[in-house]
Amino acid sequence: MARTATRQRVVVSTIGAWFFGFLIFFPILWMVLASFKTELEAFAIPPSFLFFHWTAENYATVQERSDYVLHAMNSIIIAGGSTLIALLIAIPAAWSMAFSPTKRAKDILLWMLSTKMMPPVGVLVPIYLIYKSFGLLDSRIGLVFILCLGNLPIVIWMLFTYFKEIPRDILEAARMDGATIGRELIYVLTPMAIPGLASTMLLNLILAWNEAFWTLNLSTSNAAPLTTFIASYSSPEGLFWAKLSAASTLAIAPILVLGWFSQKQLVRGLTFGAVK
Amino acid sequence: MATRQTQLLARTLLTPAVGLLFIWMIVPLALTIYFSTLHYSLLDPGSEAFVGLENFRYFLTDPAFLASLQNTLVLVGSVLALTVLLGVPLALLLDQPVIGLNIVRLMVIAPFFVMPTVSALVWKNLLMHPVSGLFAWIASLFGLTPIDWFTDAPLLAVILIVSWQWLPFATLILLTAMQSLDEEQKEAAEMDGASAVSTFIYITLPHLARPVTVVILIETIFLLTVFAEIYVTTGGGPGLSTTNIAFLIYSQALIQYDVGTASAGGLVAVVIANVVAFFLVRIVGRNLEA
Repeated sequence: MARTATRQRVVVSTIGAWFFGFLIFFPILWMVLASFKTELEAFAIPPSFLFFHWTAENYATVQERSDYVLHAMNSIIIAGGSTLIALLIAIPAAWSMAFSPTKRAKDILLWMLSTKMMPPVGVLVPIYLIYKSFGLLDSRIGLVFILCLGNLPIVIWMLFTYFKEIPRDILEAARMDGATIGRELIYVLTPMAIPGLASTMLLNLILAWNEAFWTLNLSTSNAAPLTTFIASYSSPEGLFWAKLSAASTLAIAPILVLGWFSQKQLVRGLTFGAVK
Repeated sequence: MATRQTQLLARTLLTPAVGLLFIWMIVPLALTIYFSTLHYSLLDPGSEAFVGLENFRYFLTDPAFLASLQNTLVLVGSVLALTVLLGVPLALLLDQPVIGLNIVRLMVIAPFFVMPTVSALVWKNLLMHPVSGLFAWIASLFGLTPIDWFTDAPLLAVILIVSWQWLPFATLILLTAMQSLDEEQKEAAEMDGASAVSTFIYITLPHLARPVTVVILIETIFLLTVFAEIYVTTGGGPGLSTTNIAFLIYSQALIQYDVGTASAGGLVAVVIANVVAFFLVRIVGRNLEA
């Protein structure tokens, strides 16, 4: 009896979970399907779900029409650059707070997080004007800088929570054995810190890749990353559904894959370990 | 001696981060405060003049402000309610034995990684389009008149799009929390003859209090400043029906070029965010320390 009840339960929850999973995923699936249709079929009523003439030409057109490669490069440079610089600044800071904590470390951490509470729109005007006078509008370096600062508090928090978990006994043991600080860093600390570093990097790549407020307001063409590039399809003349879908698919594919790989760390990173 | 050395080292390592964040916090904020007291229009260069609190009076008495404040609250409140109320049962479902759970979980969390400009455009064009959108086709299958979402229910449309993006986040956090729930406790309850419903009410639900507050805290920070979805779909319209505070300030600054009023509005936004954060941190703080 119990066995059939369990089996029934598995069947019911499996059907339920797949149904809702499919429902939630559907807009993305629909977009990917539309990207392989002709414009006529993408627009057709009743819509065709699988039995249409599959074509990859939209992907070629996207590049021809608006230089997708340039915007993808911008996205890579801006997201990658801001993440790398943020890590370079955050690693020493988080390391020092985790391993030689002063009484003020907690206050400093909370203060850092509070800068994230400041709505970007509250400081849009001065940033815009500063950028304008320094010629940083629509420049990659300007966007790298602003995204780096915007994400810095989160990077420091994440690294701090990871570093905090490295057992200090091991470090002490290494020191007893006569390891210098340099060797200790390279052979003991780094290997243990790598998972934390990797997931911090992933999360920040995702945040920076999808960041839209600053990129929409501070870039127009030259430095425009994919977020801005996709937004240009919102104008009426840009309304080609199949091409829009192809461009969108290209824009989200890399980050979707990264996100899937890092889902576990994502929970920890976003909640600072408050939810395990 | 060694400790003084390490302390010095620690301080040196901390300085760049603290310094940069301090500049990042203080310079734009000081400039915003300064601009907010000026008559400062980019269309009228050279006419800057000190006007005291005039910009604040203008911004706060503008009917657009009240409308956008209301839209902001409705947007944040609805999305929070939708994501938490749907997230709990969804997480509960994914916590059951499910065949192919990994694939289902990937499908469920996918929307969270879609950039806001993409999800806004896909929903607007491919799904909610009043003639060729999928929703219109489904409505016509049932003999209903398709809804012209962005004309007839623009704010609801924005709420649906934003909720779709944030439901995965709520689900993921809640699911992670559920999986950390002590299995033995559940089994013991089952042995004692507790029904599934009472197990849920007396064991699972209290366990979720903490992750729910975390979800509310983090979502609120991001939802107060929803921008790209509105920018791409409605541009704040029709009228003011989808203008939130973030979008209102953006339009003052970069569409009407009124830097003074936009700065005053920016400070109002900072104040609102801080009031909300103050209450949130108190509530969450109570929950996190327990």
